[in-house]
Amino acid sequence: MTLLETRPVSLPARRRGHTPRRRAGGRAGYFFVAGYTLLLLAFGVFPTCYAFYLAFTNDRGQFTGINQFTKVARDYRFVPAFSHVLVYLALWLVTLVVLTVLVAVVLRGRVRPGVSALFRFLYYIPGALAGVASVLVWLFMLDPDVSPVSWLLSALGMHSFAAVLAPGNLPWIFMLIAFWTGAGGWMVVMYGALNNIPDEVLEAARMDGAGPWRTAWYVQIPMIRQWIAYMTILAFAGGTQLFVEPQLLQTASLGRVSPTWSPNQLAYVYAFQQGDFNGAAAISVFLLVLGLLCAGLLVARSNMFTLDEK
Amino acid sequence: MTQLAPARGSARLRATPSRAASFLVIGLLLAVLLVFFVLPVIWLLLAPTKTADQIVHDNPLSFGSFAQVGRAWRHLFSFQDHALLVWLRNSAIYSAGSLVLTLLTSVPAGYALALTRFRGRKTLLVITLVSMIMPSATLVLPIFLELNRFHLIGTVWSVILPFSFYPFGVYLVYIYFATSLPRDLLSAARIDGCSEWQLFSRIALPLAKPVVGLVAFFSFVGNWNNFFLPYLVLPNSNQFPIQVGLNQLLSSTPSFNPVAGAGLNITIPELSLAIIVAILPVLVLFLFSQRTLVSGMLAGATKE
Repeated sequence: MTLLETRPVSLPARRRGHTPRRRAGGRAGYFFVAGYTLLLLAFGVFPTCYAFYLAFTNDRGQFTGINQFTKVARDYRFVPAFSHVLVYLALWLVTLVVLTVLVAVVLRGRVRPGVSALFRFLYYIPGALAGVASVLVWLFMLDPDVSPVSWLLSALGMHSFAAVLAPGNLPWIFMLIAFWTGAGGWMVVMYGALNNIPDEVLEAARMDGAGPWRTAWYVQIPMIRQWIAYMTILAFAGGTQLFVEPQLLQTASLGRVSPTWSPNQLAYVYAFQQGDFNGAAAISVFLLVLGLLCAGLLVARSNMFTLDEK
Repeated sequence: MTQLAPARGSARLRATPSRAASFLVIGLLLAVLLVFFVLPVIWLLLAPTKTADQIVHDNPLSFGSFAQVGRAWRHLFSFQDHALLVWLRNSAIYSAGSLVLTLLTSVPAGYALALTRFRGRKTLLVITLVSMIMPSATLVLPIFLELNRFHLIGTVWSVILPFSFYPFGVYLVYIYFATSLPRDLLSAARIDGCSEWQLFSRIALPLAKPVVGLVAFFSFVGNWNNFFLPYLVLPNSNQFPIQVGLNQLLSSTPSFNPVAGAGLNITIPELSLAIIVAILPVLVLFLFSQRTLVSGMLAGATKE
């Protein structure tokens, strides 16, 4: 219950009843957040400011306005890198939201609890392989020479590793990897959120004649939409920063995959091959603003902070 | 389909074709996803039991022999003079060190954001949310430059300190306390003369076990699997965590890199074995924290 609409309703009433004599735990609050705030300043705020600073200056520290941005945006690798990631994000977010919520609803209400726990466990296992390990495993899965599903690959017309790595396939490959490692964890979270809905609510829906699917669509999913929005935001953030997957694929494909497939790779090439930190920072700022816009939209629409507001 | 038996039993009362169809859809969905999630893992576990040649020519899901696992292990172990063990030890130091710092900072911070009122609280909350959402990789490069300026590159701290900054953990703790611990309870304890520290350590902390487990789990797994930051800030192979080490193994595998990998004994079985060794700690951790994850995720938040 607690996460949802009930909260903003009940909170003001309670507050009015018990006006605190003073700001509750005012000074203690500073003490409790001190350590975290230090880390936040050192590895969140400062690097962000630094990225903006670098993006608006040149290598001698002179202010250059938007020159760095126009420079990287005119780079012939810039538009492809961003469009690659946008295609990937579209595939990944839709698949994630639809399947995760669907599976969580099914596992919560349609199968025996023990079976449900087993499935959650089995779906989650690949989460342990996130990062480099998952990419390596999928290199094997997608190499027709060794893949256990080489029949499926050849049914799709892919008979060699090179054919699998055709440019049009890459967003799908990265979506598969992301889903394989990430979806199970989110299913556990969504299941937890569904579990948190009081039985009485579901009982009431059933009494009113709602079947399981109707209950899911009109009661359960609206009640966990905060978590769905949250998942979408984090998945978006993870998606824009795509780096390990294309980078390793590039290594393993002997250069068949572009070394600047994703914006982060392009920034990496700018920084570590061209030695242009300012250009790299400008690309980072593009990514940062993109993430902030999407996050702002979702935060505003999903009322994430209402449980806290006056 | 047997797993659907009890549900089907209750459905028999008003069985309709649409119900049967929905059970079929559910069974199919769960089965297809099961194959998708589990098949690569089974393949991975079987790969070290076979020679590279067997992997190509035998049935993909066949079992080779334990002797071959031993052979693969010896090849792997001798790679760059026990590099694998060094990488694993490094990963353990980086992940455990930052886990401790993350818990020490994020639990009190989440508590204070949820249940105390101080100036700047709202700002801190918003910045926390923003930095949690912000792709962390966009900060890796600026963090690299920052660390470079303070001469921390190549030190343990260049990995542990940035890893310890974990706004997601703070947010989880914040959400947990904001929804599970009634402020009335704290007010009552305050009136009874409880100090702010006692409120936190005696009332809030004991209630926070599920969320502490959750934060610890996500933090450890995330840091253990992190690649980008150590890839940039740690120049020497003997400082690599296992993830960066795997990358080095990959570029030493002849089937993916015939030039650099020539003459080395690192082939698909060895690489598979290295992956298994690399994920083992996280896998074991999951086995033990599964109960926390599943039942503790939000269950504790319902009682008010």
